[in-house]
Amino acid sequence: MFLNQFLFFAAGLFSIGVYGVLTRKNGVLVLMSIELILNAVNINLVAFGAFNQDISGQVFALFVIAVAAAEVGVGLAIVLLIFRNRRSIDIAEADLLKG
Amino acid sequence: MLALAASTIAQIALEPFSRPEIDWHAVAPELILLALGALITVIDLVGLEKVRKWMPTLTSFAFLAALIPVLTLWNDGGELPRSLFDGAYVVDRYSLVLKGLFLLTGYVVVLLSTNYMSEGDYYDSEYYQLIAASILGMVVMTSSRDLISIFVALELLSIPAYLMAAWRKRDLKSNEAGLKYMLMGVFASGILLYGMSLLYGVSGSTKLTDIATALSTGSSKPLFTLAIVFTIIGFGFKVSAVPFHTWAPDTYEGAPTPLTAFLAVASKAAGFVAMINVIIVAFPGQADVVEPLMAVLAAVTMTVGNFIALRQTNMVRMLAYSGVAQAGYIMAPLAVYGTNGDRVPSAMVTYLVIYAAMNLGAFAVILVAARKTRSAEISSFGGMFGYAPGLTLAMTLFLFSLAGIPPVGGWWAKFEIFRVLTEGHRAIGIVLAVILAVNSVIAAFYYLSITKQMWFMPTPDGDESPVTIPPALQVALVLTVIVTLASGILPGLVSDMAGNLQLALP
Repeated sequence: MFLNQFLFFAAGLFSIGVYGVLTRKNGVLVLMSIELILNAVNINLVAFGAFNQDISGQVFALFVIAVAAAEVGVGLAIVLLIFRNRRSIDIAEADLLKG
Repeated sequence: MLALAASTIAQIALEPFSRPEIDWHAVAPELILLALGALITVIDLVGLEKVRKWMPTLTSFAFLAALIPVLTLWNDGGELPRSLFDGAYVVDRYSLVLKGLFLLTGYVVVLLSTNYMSEGDYYDSEYYQLIAASILGMVVMTSSRDLISIFVALELLSIPAYLMAAWRKRDLKSNEAGLKYMLMGVFASGILLYGMSLLYGVSGSTKLTDIATALSTGSSKPLFTLAIVFTIIGFGFKVSAVPFHTWAPDTYEGAPTPLTAFLAVASKAAGFVAMINVIIVAFPGQADVVEPLMAVLAAVTMTVGNFIALRQTNMVRMLAYSGVAQAGYIMAPLAVYGTNGDRVPSAMVTYLVIYAAMNLGAFAVILVAARKTRSAEISSFGGMFGYAPGLTLAMTLFLFSLAGIPPVGGWWAKFEIFRVLTEGHRAIGIVLAVILAVNSVIAAFYYLSITKQMWFMPTPDGDESPVTIPPALQVALVLTVIVTLASGILPGLVSDMAGNLQLALP
């Protein structure tokens, strides 16, 4: 098994996700970037689980998938709420609170 | 991988399924909270509008009911610690004290929310159900000794809080508070999970004790250094450690005020509990990596928090930054856990208990004052002694306690932190203790300036009509004043309970 390839792939996905979170201004795209991070984690977990011949990595990945669904559900609800009130999902425009 | 799956299926096919033994007494508090969540949903569906005004009563009694098994478990001393689910879930004295703290915090937050929720045009039932879910996550967190259960508990306590932060649907500030909290929180849990996946990779197990063994015998130092740093950064967001604190002031200001109290006390405490569990149980041999990281985080957090708090004009924002600074004090003992790790949980839990009482009290006073002044600006507290002397006295107690002035609670909390830091006579501890002392002086300045505003300044608009305090807020104020005073005058009360807490290893 070539563990390295999976780890490099996951690290790449993770970096792209972090870059997306830090630079994107669109609320939905930020959520998608976060999904990339979580999928990088899943690849890591499954790859390590297969490498170590241990089932708990896959179980952990299932938990991550389920919880990520709940997170994104709540996230989209909040983005939708912002869109209803502002007609925009640009998170850079959300600047009423500062100081 | 196919072979692995095939062998697992073969095992399942060969062995008849038998339910693992479950210690029902040990999970009774969690089950009561779970039942409460289900009950609220059903009652709300059946009773609709008629039952809504009973929801706070139901929720607060259920929190108190969940305290009963916590007390019986505590008195059942001979059988502690109880280890469940193959060591992934441990009930010991440390977790019981924290369960009690979270349940009582939940009770006080419900008291704070009662009038706020029923007077505004909000969804009552769902709000209390989400609080119950969030408290359930915290109660689970106290006992978690496994990466999976820590992660699930963290999300269970965070996701309802994202929703509640955006609870005032038509208010743009509340929307923004929810958005910022949610994006930062989800991003942080992504980073935390990446760290956890690496930890799992180097150790081959999700159990914290197995990770500790693997890290102390393993050889790939760079990899687990990366894993440890990512994990701690993930928790750093939750406890609003600088530089991961940027969401805190905005969310605190925009969210409904009772929820701000909840975030500032319960959610932050849960982040610290996760930190203690992971660092003390899983990284006992990694002090050379963790200690410098925690020392820098703690020093930067308390200093930056205090300096920004100095120039705030809004009371809630000021308490948010003061909360950032307090987070720095609370995490300071983790910078010396390598030498006196057995004293660290006690000091941190003592601080969390006293911090919960004084901070919830301060928010209760703000809620009462805002019913009259409709504002949270510091200047609107001017001349409060003239029309509300009792309230002013209570707020003075809470602020003195936050500043750490004897004889109110806060001084004992700070004293415990100092003792842990200086006990080992290590340079890192002494330096942190000095930074903490300097910061306490800076903090006293802005806490006392509010006291001055309340006692000596004129009322801003000359409105001297007395404030009325609703019964729920009266109970909350009395409770927090009693705990704040008692823990300072009789510190033995807290140290008898939290004086010698150890994390039991399964």
